[in-house]
Amino acid sequence: MVLDVNWAVRWLTLCAQAMAEHRVWLIELDRAIGDSDHGENMDRGFQAVLEKLAEAQPETPGAALKLTAMTLMSKVGGAAGPLYGTAFLRASTALGDAAEIDPGSLADALVAARDGIVARGKAESGDKTMVDAWTPAAEAAQAAVADGTGTVLGVLVAAAEAAEAGAVATDPLVARKGRASYLGERSAGHRDPGAASSALILRAAVGAAA
Amino acid sequence: MTVRLVVVSHSEKIADGAVELAAQMAPDVVILAAGGTADGRIGTSLEKVMSALDQAAGGDGVVVLTDLGSAVMTAESALELVEEPAGVLLADAPLVEGLVAAAVAAQGGADVKAVKRAAEAVYGLGPDVAVASPVLAASTVTEGSVTGPGPDFTGDFELVNEAGMHARPAAKIAGGLASLNAEVMVNGVDGASMTSLMILAAGKGSVLHIEAWGPDAERALNYVGGLVQAGFGEP
Repeated sequence: MVLDVNWAVRWLTLCAQAMAEHRVWLIELDRAIGDSDHGENMDRGFQAVLEKLAEAQPETPGAALKLTAMTLMSKVGGAAGPLYGTAFLRASTALGDAAEIDPGSLADALVAARDGIVARGKAESGDKTMVDAWTPAAEAAQAAVADGTGTVLGVLVAAAEAAEAGAVATDPLVARKGRASYLGERSAGHRDPGAASSALILRAAVGAAA
Repeated sequence: MTVRLVVVSHSEKIADGAVELAAQMAPDVVILAAGGTADGRIGTSLEKVMSALDQAAGGDGVVVLTDLGSAVMTAESALELVEEPAGVLLADAPLVEGLVAAAVAAQGGADVKAVKRAAEAVYGLGPDVAVASPVLAASTVTEGSVTGPGPDFTGDFELVNEAGMHARPAAKIAGGLASLNAEVMVNGVDGASMTSLMILAAGKGSVLHIEAWGPDAERALNYVGGLVQAGFGEP
Protein backbone atom coordinates (compact mmCIF):
# COMPACT_ATOMS: atom_id res chain seq x y z
CA MET A 1 0.00 0.00 0.00
CA VAL A 2 1.35 3.39 -1.01
CA LEU A 3 0.26 6.53 0.83
CA ASP A 4 0.22 9.09 -1.95
CA VAL A 5 -2.14 11.90 -2.89
CA ASN A 6 -4.74 9.39 -4.07
CA TRP A 7 -4.76 7.85 -0.61
CA ALA A 8 -5.08 11.33 0.94
CA VAL A 9 -8.08 12.17 -1.25
CA ARG A 10 -9.69 8.78 -0.47
CA TRP A 11 -9.08 9.42 3.22
CA LEU A 12 -10.71 12.85 3.15
CA THR A 13 -13.60 11.46 1.09
CA LEU A 14 -14.13 8.72 3.68
CA CYS A 15 -13.94 11.38 6.42
CA ALA A 16 -16.75 13.27 4.70
CA GLN A 17 -18.79 10.06 4.44
CA ALA A 18 -18.17 9.22 8.09
CA MET A 19 -19.23 12.70 9.22
CA ALA A 20 -22.41 12.49 7.13
CA GLU A 21 -23.20 9.02 8.48
CA HIS A 22 -22.48 9.92 12.09
CA ARG A 23 -23.85 13.45 11.96
CA VAL A 24 -26.84 12.73 14.20
CA TRP A 25 -24.76 10.67 16.64
CA LEU A 26 -22.22 13.48 17.01
CA ILE A 27 -25.02 16.01 17.45
CA GLU A 28 -26.48 13.85 20.23
CA LEU A 29 -23.11 13.47 21.95
CA ASP A 30 -22.63 17.22 21.76
CA ARG A 31 -26.17 17.96 22.92
CA ALA A 32 -25.47 16.04 26.13
CA ILE A 33 -22.44 18.09 27.13
CA GLY A 34 -21.96 20.92 24.63
CA ASP A 35 -23.88 23.09 22.22
CA SER A 36 -25.07 20.28 19.90
CA ASP A 37 -23.48 21.66 16.75
CA HIS A 38 -20.51 19.31 16.37
CA GLY A 39 -22.12 16.83 13.94
CA GLU A 40 -23.59 19.61 11.86
CA ASN A 41 -20.31 21.55 11.78
CA MET A 42 -18.12 18.55 10.92
CA ASP A 43 -20.49 17.40 8.18
CA ARG A 44 -20.59 20.86 6.64
CA GLY A 45 -16.83 21.28 6.98
CA PHE A 46 -15.91 18.02 5.26
CA GLN A 47 -18.49 18.51 2.50
CA ALA A 48 -16.73 21.81 1.79
CA VAL A 49 -13.39 19.96 1.82
CA LEU A 50 -14.69 17.60 -0.91
CA GLU A 51 -15.69 20.56 -3.07
CA LYS A 52 -12.29 22.21 -2.63
CA LEU A 53 -10.43 18.98 -3.40
CA ALA A 54 -12.38 18.57 -6.63
CA GLU A 55 -11.61 22.17 -7.63
CA ALA A 56 -7.95 22.34 -6.68
CA GLN A 57 -6.75 18.79 -7.46
CA PRO A 58 -3.75 18.82 -5.09
CA GLU A 59 -0.65 16.94 -6.23
CA THR A 60 0.81 15.75 -2.92
CA PRO A 61 -0.65 14.42 0.34
CA GLY A 62 0.71 17.52 2.09
CA ALA A 63 -1.10 19.83 -0.33
CA ALA A 64 -4.36 17.92 0.15
CA LEU A 65 -4.06 18.22 3.93
CA LYS A 66 -3.25 21.94 3.76
CA LEU A 67 -6.33 22.57 1.62
CA THR A 68 -8.34 20.59 4.19
CA ALA A 69 -6.90 22.68 7.02
CA MET A 70 -7.80 26.01 5.44
CA THR A 71 -11.29 24.82 4.50
CA LEU A 72 -12.10 23.43 7.96
CA MET A 73 -10.90 26.64 9.64
CA SER A 74 -13.14 28.68 7.37
CA LYS A 75 -16.25 26.50 7.23
CA VAL A 76 -16.70 24.56 10.47
CA GLY A 77 -17.54 27.56 12.66
CA GLY A 78 -17.12 25.98 16.10
CA ALA A 79 -13.96 25.20 18.07
CA ALA A 80 -13.43 22.07 15.95
CA GLY A 81 -12.59 24.33 12.99
CA PRO A 82 -9.36 25.86 14.29
CA LEU A 83 -8.48 22.66 16.20
CA TYR A 84 -8.77 20.24 13.28
CA GLY A 85 -7.52 22.97 10.95
CA THR A 86 -4.34 23.33 13.00
CA ALA A 87 -3.97 19.52 13.18
CA PHE A 88 -4.18 19.14 9.38
CA LEU A 89 -1.97 22.18 8.83
CA ARG A 90 0.80 20.91 11.11
CA ALA A 91 0.56 17.41 9.57
CA SER A 92 0.82 19.00 6.13
CA THR A 93 3.92 20.94 7.19
CA ALA A 94 5.48 17.76 8.61
CA LEU A 95 4.91 15.91 5.32
CA GLY A 96 6.30 18.74 3.18
CA ASP A 97 6.04 18.13 -0.55
CA ALA A 98 6.80 14.39 -0.41
CA ALA A 99 4.83 12.42 -2.99
CA GLU A 100 4.64 9.33 -0.77
CA ILE A 101 4.54 8.91 2.99
CA ASP A 102 6.75 6.34 4.76
CA PRO A 103 5.92 4.92 8.21
CA GLY A 104 8.32 7.25 10.02
CA SER A 105 7.00 10.44 8.45
CA LEU A 106 3.43 9.21 8.96
CA ALA A 107 4.06 8.91 12.69
CA ASP A 108 5.78 12.31 12.69
CA ALA A 109 2.76 13.86 10.97
CA LEU A 110 0.38 12.35 13.53
CA VAL A 111 2.55 13.68 16.37
CA ALA A 112 2.63 17.12 14.70
CA ALA A 113 -1.16 17.05 14.36
CA ARG A 114 -1.55 16.18 18.04
CA ASP A 115 0.94 18.89 19.04
CA GLY A 116 -1.02 21.41 16.95
CA ILE A 117 -4.28 20.54 18.72
CA VAL A 118 -2.60 20.85 22.12
CA ALA A 119 -1.01 24.19 21.17
CA ARG A 120 -4.28 25.60 19.86
CA GLY A 121 -6.72 24.28 22.49
CA LYS A 122 -4.32 24.15 25.48
CA ALA A 123 -5.96 20.95 26.71
CA GLU A 124 -4.06 18.13 28.39
CA SER A 125 -4.65 14.40 28.45
CA GLY A 126 -7.62 13.60 30.68
CA ASP A 127 -9.41 16.91 30.09
CA LYS A 128 -12.11 15.04 28.09
CA THR A 129 -11.26 16.53 24.71
CA MET A 130 -10.03 15.34 21.33
CA VAL A 131 -6.52 15.26 22.84
CA ASP A 132 -7.63 12.06 24.60
CA ALA A 133 -7.97 10.41 21.19
CA TRP A 134 -4.96 12.05 19.49
CA THR A 135 -2.32 11.50 22.17
CA PRO A 136 -2.78 7.71 22.36
CA ALA A 137 -2.99 7.64 18.55
CA ALA A 138 0.28 9.56 18.11
CA GLU A 139 2.02 7.42 20.73
CA ALA A 140 0.74 4.16 19.20
CA ALA A 141 1.94 5.32 15.78
CA GLN A 142 5.41 6.07 17.16
CA ALA A 143 5.51 2.69 18.93
CA ALA A 144 4.50 0.89 15.72
CA VAL A 145 7.38 2.58 13.91
CA ALA A 146 9.86 1.99 16.74
CA ASP A 147 9.53 -1.79 16.77
CA GLY A 148 10.75 -1.84 13.17
CA THR A 149 7.91 -3.92 11.76
CA GLY A 150 5.56 -1.01 11.14
CA THR A 151 4.20 -0.66 7.62
CA VAL A 152 2.18 2.44 6.82
CA LEU A 153 -0.99 0.36 7.17
CA GLY A 154 0.25 -0.99 10.50
CA VAL A 155 0.88 2.55 11.76
CA LEU A 156 -2.56 3.73 10.63
CA VAL A 157 -4.30 0.75 12.27
CA ALA A 158 -2.38 1.27 15.52
CA ALA A 159 -3.33 4.97 15.54
CA ALA A 160 -7.01 4.33 14.77
CA GLU A 161 -7.35 1.63 17.42
CA ALA A 162 -5.67 3.79 20.04
CA ALA A 163 -7.89 6.76 19.13
CA GLU A 164 -11.02 4.62 19.41
CA ALA A 165 -9.95 3.30 22.82
CA GLY A 166 -9.05 6.86 23.87
CA ALA A 167 -12.46 8.16 22.80
CA VAL A 168 -14.28 5.42 24.74
CA ALA A 169 -12.11 6.23 27.75
CA THR A 170 -13.47 9.80 27.82
CA ASP A 171 -16.90 8.48 28.91
CA PRO A 172 -16.31 8.63 32.68
CA LEU A 173 -14.14 11.76 32.62
CA VAL A 174 -15.18 15.15 33.97
CA ALA A 175 -14.52 17.83 31.33
CA ARG A 176 -11.93 20.46 32.14
CA LYS A 177 -11.84 22.28 28.78
CA GLY A 178 -14.36 23.60 26.29
CA ARG A 179 -18.08 24.14 26.64
CA ALA A 180 -18.54 20.83 28.49
CA SER A 181 -16.39 22.07 31.37
CA TYR A 182 -19.23 24.42 32.38
CA LEU A 183 -21.20 21.28 33.33
CA GLY A 184 -18.57 20.07 35.81
CA GLU A 185 -19.43 16.64 37.28
CA ARG A 186 -22.49 16.35 35.04
CA SER A 187 -20.19 15.96 32.01
CA ALA A 188 -19.20 12.48 33.28
CA GLY A 189 -21.02 9.55 31.67
CA HIS A 190 -20.93 10.99 28.13
CA ARG A 191 -18.40 10.49 25.35
CA ASP A 192 -16.54 13.60 24.25
CA PRO A 193 -17.79 14.50 20.75
CA GLY A 194 -14.38 15.78 19.61
CA ALA A 195 -12.66 12.57 20.70
CA ALA A 196 -15.42 10.61 18.91
CA SER A 197 -15.00 12.51 15.63
CA SER A 198 -11.20 12.21 15.91
CA ALA A 199 -11.53 8.42 16.10
CA LEU A 200 -13.78 8.48 13.00
CA ILE A 201 -11.18 10.51 11.10
CA LEU A 202 -8.33 8.15 12.00
CA ARG A 203 -10.46 5.07 11.19
CA ALA A 204 -11.18 6.60 7.77
CA ALA A 205 -7.41 6.81 7.18
CA VAL A 206 -7.24 3.01 7.60
CA GLY A 207 -10.19 2.51 5.27
CA ALA A 208 -8.47 4.60 2.59
CA ALA A 209 -5.35 2.42 2.81
CA ALA A 210 -7.06 -0.98 2.99
CA MET B 1 -1.76 56.95 10.87
CA THR B 2 -3.23 55.05 13.75
CA VAL B 3 -3.41 51.51 15.03
CA ARG B 4 -6.32 49.57 13.53
CA LEU B 5 -8.60 47.14 15.30
CA VAL B 6 -10.24 43.85 14.33
CA VAL B 7 -13.17 42.35 16.27
CA VAL B 8 -13.67 38.57 16.12
CA SER B 9 -16.96 37.37 17.55
CA HIS B 10 -19.17 34.28 17.20
CA SER B 11 -21.99 36.61 16.27
CA GLU B 12 -22.06 39.02 13.37
CA LYS B 13 -24.39 41.26 15.36
CA ILE B 14 -22.08 41.38 18.37
CA ALA B 15 -19.08 42.24 16.18
CA ASP B 16 -20.95 44.91 14.24
CA GLY B 17 -22.53 46.35 17.38
CA ALA B 18 -19.22 46.52 19.24
CA VAL B 19 -17.63 48.27 16.27
CA GLU B 20 -20.49 50.76 16.14
CA LEU B 21 -20.16 51.49 19.86
CA ALA B 22 -16.39 51.96 19.74
CA ALA B 23 -16.55 54.07 16.59
CA GLN B 24 -18.66 56.60 18.48
CA MET B 25 -15.73 57.33 20.76
CA ALA B 26 -12.99 56.89 18.20
CA PRO B 27 -14.27 58.24 14.89
CA ASP B 28 -10.87 58.22 13.16
CA VAL B 29 -9.86 54.67 14.03
CA VAL B 30 -10.32 51.90 11.45
CA ILE B 31 -12.23 49.11 13.21
CA LEU B 32 -13.18 45.99 11.26
CA ALA B 33 -15.74 43.38 12.26
CA ALA B 34 -15.25 39.65 11.64
CA GLY B 35 -18.33 38.16 13.26
CA GLY B 36 -20.15 34.91 12.59
CA THR B 37 -19.55 32.46 9.78
CA ALA B 38 -19.46 33.25 6.07
CA ASP B 39 -23.00 31.87 5.70
CA GLY B 40 -24.39 33.96 8.55
CA ARG B 41 -24.43 31.38 11.34
CA ILE B 42 -23.06 31.64 14.87
CA GLY B 43 -19.37 30.72 14.82
CA THR B 44 -16.06 32.05 13.59
CA SER B 45 -14.50 31.85 10.16
CA LEU B 46 -10.83 31.98 9.29
CA GLU B 47 -11.79 33.46 5.92
CA LYS B 48 -13.56 36.40 7.54
CA VAL B 49 -10.76 37.00 10.04
CA MET B 50 -8.07 36.82 7.35
CA SER B 51 -10.03 39.23 5.17
CA ALA B 52 -10.39 41.72 8.05
CA LEU B 53 -6.67 41.43 8.86
CA ASP B 54 -5.90 41.99 5.22
CA GLN B 55 -7.99 45.18 5.13
CA ALA B 56 -6.45 46.35 8.40
CA ALA B 57 -2.88 45.91 7.14
CA GLY B 58 -0.84 48.95 6.14
CA GLY B 59 -1.47 51.07 9.24
CA ASP B 60 0.65 51.29 12.36
CA GLY B 61 -0.24 47.77 13.44
CA VAL B 62 -3.38 45.86 14.31
CA VAL B 63 -4.87 44.80 17.65
CA VAL B 64 -7.37 41.92 17.55
CA LEU B 65 -10.13 41.55 20.14
CA THR B 66 -12.11 38.33 20.49
CA ASP B 67 -15.01 36.83 22.39
CA LEU B 68 -15.24 33.18 23.54
CA GLY B 69 -13.21 30.02 22.89
CA SER B 70 -13.08 29.34 19.18
CA ALA B 71 -12.87 33.06 18.34
CA VAL B 72 -9.54 33.10 20.17
CA MET B 73 -8.42 29.92 18.40
CA THR B 74 -9.47 31.18 14.98
CA ALA B 75 -7.67 34.48 15.59
CA GLU B 76 -4.54 32.60 16.71
CA SER B 77 -4.73 30.42 13.59
CA ALA B 78 -5.03 33.52 11.44
CA LEU B 79 -1.94 34.99 13.13
CA GLU B 80 -0.02 31.87 12.11
CA LEU B 81 -1.00 32.49 8.50
CA VAL B 82 -0.71 36.27 7.99
CA GLU B 83 2.27 37.57 6.05
CA GLU B 84 3.47 40.06 8.66
CA PRO B 85 2.45 38.67 12.05
CA ALA B 86 4.80 41.03 13.91
CA GLY B 87 2.46 44.01 13.58
CA VAL B 88 -0.63 42.07 14.70
CA LEU B 89 -1.30 41.61 18.41
CA LEU B 90 -4.03 39.60 20.05
CA ALA B 91 -5.47 41.30 23.14
CA ASP B 92 -6.64 39.15 26.05
CA ALA B 93 -9.48 41.39 27.12
CA PRO B 94 -13.27 41.47 27.51
CA LEU B 95 -14.60 42.21 24.03
CA VAL B 96 -16.74 45.31 24.52
CA GLU B 97 -14.84 47.06 27.31
CA GLY B 98 -11.49 46.10 25.82
CA LEU B 99 -12.47 47.32 22.38
CA VAL B 100 -13.67 50.68 23.63
CA ALA B 101 -10.50 51.18 25.67
CA ALA B 102 -8.36 50.11 22.69
CA ALA B 103 -10.24 52.39 20.32
CA VAL B 104 -9.83 55.38 22.64
CA ALA B 105 -6.10 54.67 22.98
CA ALA B 106 -5.73 54.31 19.19
CA GLN B 107 -7.67 57.52 18.65
CA GLY B 108 -5.21 59.25 21.00
CA GLY B 109 -2.29 58.08 18.87
CA ALA B 110 -1.00 55.25 21.08
CA ASP B 111 1.27 52.65 19.44
CA VAL B 112 0.22 49.05 18.88
CA LYS B 113 1.61 47.74 22.19
CA ALA B 114 -0.01 50.58 24.14
CA VAL B 115 -3.35 49.90 22.44
CA LYS B 116 -3.13 46.22 23.41
CA ARG B 117 -2.23 47.25 26.99
CA ALA B 118 -5.17 49.66 27.11
CA ALA B 119 -7.51 46.80 26.17
CA GLU B 120 -5.99 44.39 28.67
CA ALA B 121 -5.89 46.99 31.47
CA VAL B 122 -9.66 46.67 31.57
CA TYR B 123 -9.19 43.31 33.34
CA GLY B 124 -9.01 43.36 37.11
CA LEU B 125 -10.54 46.80 37.43
CA GLY B 126 -13.60 45.64 39.30
CA PRO B 127 -14.92 47.70 42.22
CA ASP B 128 -12.58 45.92 44.69
CA VAL B 129 -9.47 47.03 42.87
CA ALA B 130 -10.78 50.53 42.34
CA VAL B 131 -11.39 50.90 46.05
CA ALA B 132 -8.14 49.25 47.03
CA SER B 133 -5.73 51.20 44.84
CA PRO B 134 -6.06 54.68 46.42
CA VAL B 135 -5.63 53.09 49.86
CA LEU B 136 -2.48 51.33 48.69
CA ALA B 137 -1.14 54.52 47.19
CA ALA B 138 -1.75 56.39 50.45
CA SER B 139 0.06 53.83 52.58
CA THR B 140 3.14 53.79 50.36
CA VAL B 141 3.28 57.57 50.43
CA THR B 142 3.30 57.71 54.25
CA GLU B 143 6.10 55.17 54.39
CA GLY B 144 7.90 57.26 51.82
CA SER B 145 10.12 54.46 50.60
CA VAL B 146 8.77 52.93 47.41
CA THR B 147 7.31 55.86 45.54
CA GLY B 148 9.37 58.10 43.31
CA PRO B 149 9.49 61.86 43.60
CA GLY B 150 6.19 63.71 43.97
CA PRO B 151 4.23 64.83 40.94
CA ASP B 152 5.65 67.61 38.76
CA PHE B 153 2.25 69.32 38.58
CA THR B 154 -0.94 68.95 40.54
CA GLY B 155 -4.33 70.57 40.38
CA ASP B 156 -7.89 70.20 41.69
CA PHE B 157 -10.86 70.72 39.42
CA GLU B 158 -14.57 70.47 40.16
CA LEU B 159 -16.83 68.58 37.79
CA VAL B 160 -19.40 71.10 36.56
CA ASN B 161 -21.32 69.16 33.91
CA GLU B 162 -24.64 67.56 34.93
CA ALA B 163 -23.66 63.99 34.15
CA GLY B 164 -20.22 64.15 35.78
CA MET B 165 -17.65 61.56 34.82
CA HIS B 166 -19.25 59.13 32.36
CA ALA B 167 -18.09 57.35 29.24
CA ARG B 168 -17.60 60.31 26.91
CA PRO B 169 -15.63 62.52 29.32
CA ALA B 170 -13.53 59.51 30.37
CA ALA B 171 -12.83 58.79 26.70
CA LYS B 172 -11.82 62.41 26.10
CA ILE B 173 -9.42 62.46 29.04
CA ALA B 174 -7.90 59.05 28.35
CA GLY B 175 -7.76 59.62 24.61
CA GLY B 176 -5.98 62.96 24.87
CA LEU B 177 -3.51 61.74 27.48
CA ALA B 178 -2.48 58.79 25.32
CA SER B 179 -0.63 61.13 22.96
CA LEU B 180 1.17 63.09 25.72
CA ASN B 181 4.44 62.06 27.31
CA ALA B 182 3.14 62.20 30.85
CA GLU B 183 1.94 59.93 33.64
CA VAL B 184 -1.31 61.26 35.03
CA MET B 185 -3.24 60.09 38.06
CA VAL B 186 -6.82 61.23 38.58
CA ASN B 187 -8.01 60.66 42.16
CA GLY B 188 -5.43 57.88 42.39
CA VAL B 189 -6.28 56.04 39.17
CA ASP B 190 -4.52 56.00 35.82
CA GLY B 191 -5.82 58.93 33.76
CA ALA B 192 -4.97 57.14 30.52
CA SER B 193 -7.37 54.32 31.38
CA MET B 194 -10.89 55.13 30.36
CA THR B 195 -12.30 52.29 32.44
CA SER B 196 -10.49 53.41 35.59
CA LEU B 197 -11.86 56.91 35.15
CA MET B 198 -15.38 55.58 34.75
CA ILE B 199 -15.05 53.43 37.84
CA LEU B 200 -14.39 56.61 39.86
CA ALA B 201 -18.11 57.24 39.40
CA ALA B 202 -17.49 60.93 40.13
CA GLY B 203 -20.69 62.97 39.89
CA LYS B 204 -21.30 66.69 39.40
CA GLY B 205 -19.63 68.71 42.19
CA SER B 206 -16.93 66.08 42.83
CA VAL B 207 -13.38 67.36 42.82
CA LEU B 208 -10.81 65.62 40.64
CA HIS B 209 -7.30 65.67 42.09
CA ILE B 210 -4.86 65.54 39.19
CA GLU B 211 -1.20 64.59 39.58
CA ALA B 212 1.09 64.65 36.54
CA TRP B 213 4.67 63.48 35.98
CA GLY B 214 6.93 63.70 32.95
CA PRO B 215 7.98 66.12 30.18
CA ASP B 216 4.38 66.89 29.18
CA ALA B 217 3.08 67.02 32.76
CA GLU B 218 2.05 70.67 32.60
CA ARG B 219 0.29 70.25 29.27
CA ALA B 220 -1.44 67.13 30.59
CA LEU B 221 -2.66 68.99 33.67
CA ASN B 222 -3.91 71.91 31.56
CA TYR B 223 -5.58 69.49 29.16
CA VAL B 224 -7.50 67.65 31.86
CA GLY B 225 -8.24 70.82 33.83
CA GLY B 226 -9.47 72.58 30.69
CA LEU B 227 -11.81 69.74 29.82
CA VAL B 228 -13.23 69.49 33.34
CA GLN B 229 -13.77 73.25 33.71
CA ALA B 230 -15.45 73.41 30.32
CA GLY B 231 -17.80 70.63 31.44
CA PHE B 232 -16.46 68.51 28.59
CA GLY B 233 -18.59 70.65 26.30
CA GLU B 234 -21.72 69.25 27.95
CA PRO B 235 -24.54 71.00 29.82
